[in-house]
Amino acid sequence: MPKKKNKKSSKKTVKGQLGKKKETAREKMIGQTIGYRYDVNLLPDYSRITPFLKKYIEAMGWDDLNWLEDVHMGYEEDRPAVFDRNANGWVTIPKKIKLPNNQQDRDMIARELLVKFQMSPNHPLVDLKKAYRKF
Amino acid sequence: MANIKTNENKTKAQSMGLHSEVLTGKTQQKFFNPDEAENFYYWGTYDVDFNKRIDLDVNDLDCKEANKKIDELMSQGYGTIVIKNPQGKHSLGVGVLNKLNLIFEGSLGYFGVGSIDGPTVRINGRVGWSCAENMMAGKVVIEKNAGSCFGAAVRGGDLICKGSVGARTGIDQKGGTIIVGGDAGAFTGFMMQRGRIIILGNVGINLGDSMYDGTIYVGGKIGSFGSDAIESPMTKSDVDWIKRKLKVAEIGEDFNISNMTKVVAGKKLWNYDALEPTEKKGAI
Repeated sequence: MPKKKNKKSSKKTVKGQLGKKKETAREKMIGQTIGYRYDVNLLPDYSRITPFLKKYIEAMGWDDLNWLEDVHMGYEEDRPAVFDRNANGWVTIPKKIKLPNNQQDRDMIARELLVKFQMSPNHPLVDLKKAYRKF
Repeated sequence: MANIKTNENKTKAQSMGLHSEVLTGKTQQKFFNPDEAENFYYWGTYDVDFNKRIDLDVNDLDCKEANKKIDELMSQGYGTIVIKNPQGKHSLGVGVLNKLNLIFEGSLGYFGVGSIDGPTVRINGRVGWSCAENMMAGKVVIEKNAGSCFGAAVRGGDLICKGSVGARTGIDQKGGTIIVGGDAGAFTGFMMQRGRIIILGNVGINLGDSMYDGTIYVGGKIGSFGSDAIESPMTKSDVDWIKRKLKVAEIGEDFNISNMTKVVAGKKLWNYDALEPTEKKGAI
């Protein structure tokens, strides 16, 4: 006798409304709705750190991820994105980058991409610095 | 009557005439280039060598002259700068956006090392009000005590005081970690929005008052909880992370972390209307 397949849930989810969307595993665990586009209180799992981030930490002379502990993968216009505090806007992840299912791994990718973006001569702040820096 | 009918589909703010245009937030159509060259430093910052060390006596300099001198030394490639005779001067070491080892042989006044982004700072003395205000990244270690508003509006990095701190520590904190080896005063974590505070000693009254988010860990006694601050269970992830952070902070090696109290926001102050998802774009 072949086993019966589990019935699919017929519950509809409501997008974008606090308290009405489907809860994530993290939200269920902490018993609170996460109103941000990611869990701001999620602590980084250092076992998932990428080689690029290790090199960055070493170059800066720090002991850990430092400010990058607060960087997480969020979303913008239904696409994965990371918030760039220097440009005060969301930066969208290119479609060709495939993201893992684990939030910790996604966060590490977000951190790596954000560092590359912020340190790039193409960053929007470079023009501002050229125009306004005093010394 | 007609107005009432047309107002039914509007939010309260729209009905009051507060929004005539569609709110689009601060979204920018910016995309990462994954082939960007590997670079760890901001454009326009100096290439410094941690092994290149110099002493700077600021006894006869005012804060502006001293800060300008620090910038000059970085432009010459000095990666370790030791400041002699700071004598409690205000606003020393502010606005350093470079990787750097900055060591103060003495105490600082108000607003020391504010708005820094990257350096590792060691202060072998005390600090006055609002030390490391608006800090973006880096590590600051204070060997003795700190005044009020320690780490006000910190956005990132590690701010460590091995002694005790005054009132309103981490006020308006927006990220990063504040670690205090001793006690903290009243209103610690007042209106904090995110980030983490670790206090190994006792804290005063109104802990985490009006906090929106973020986490406060307390090792000692709590004077009282502030409005909307509630206790939350410690997880293994919390314990592992604190253990790691205390190692970075060079304090509390034998501290019993599992007995700490974790305080988070009750989120009763989260009063957002239907416009909230749009308004929040770019405003975390």
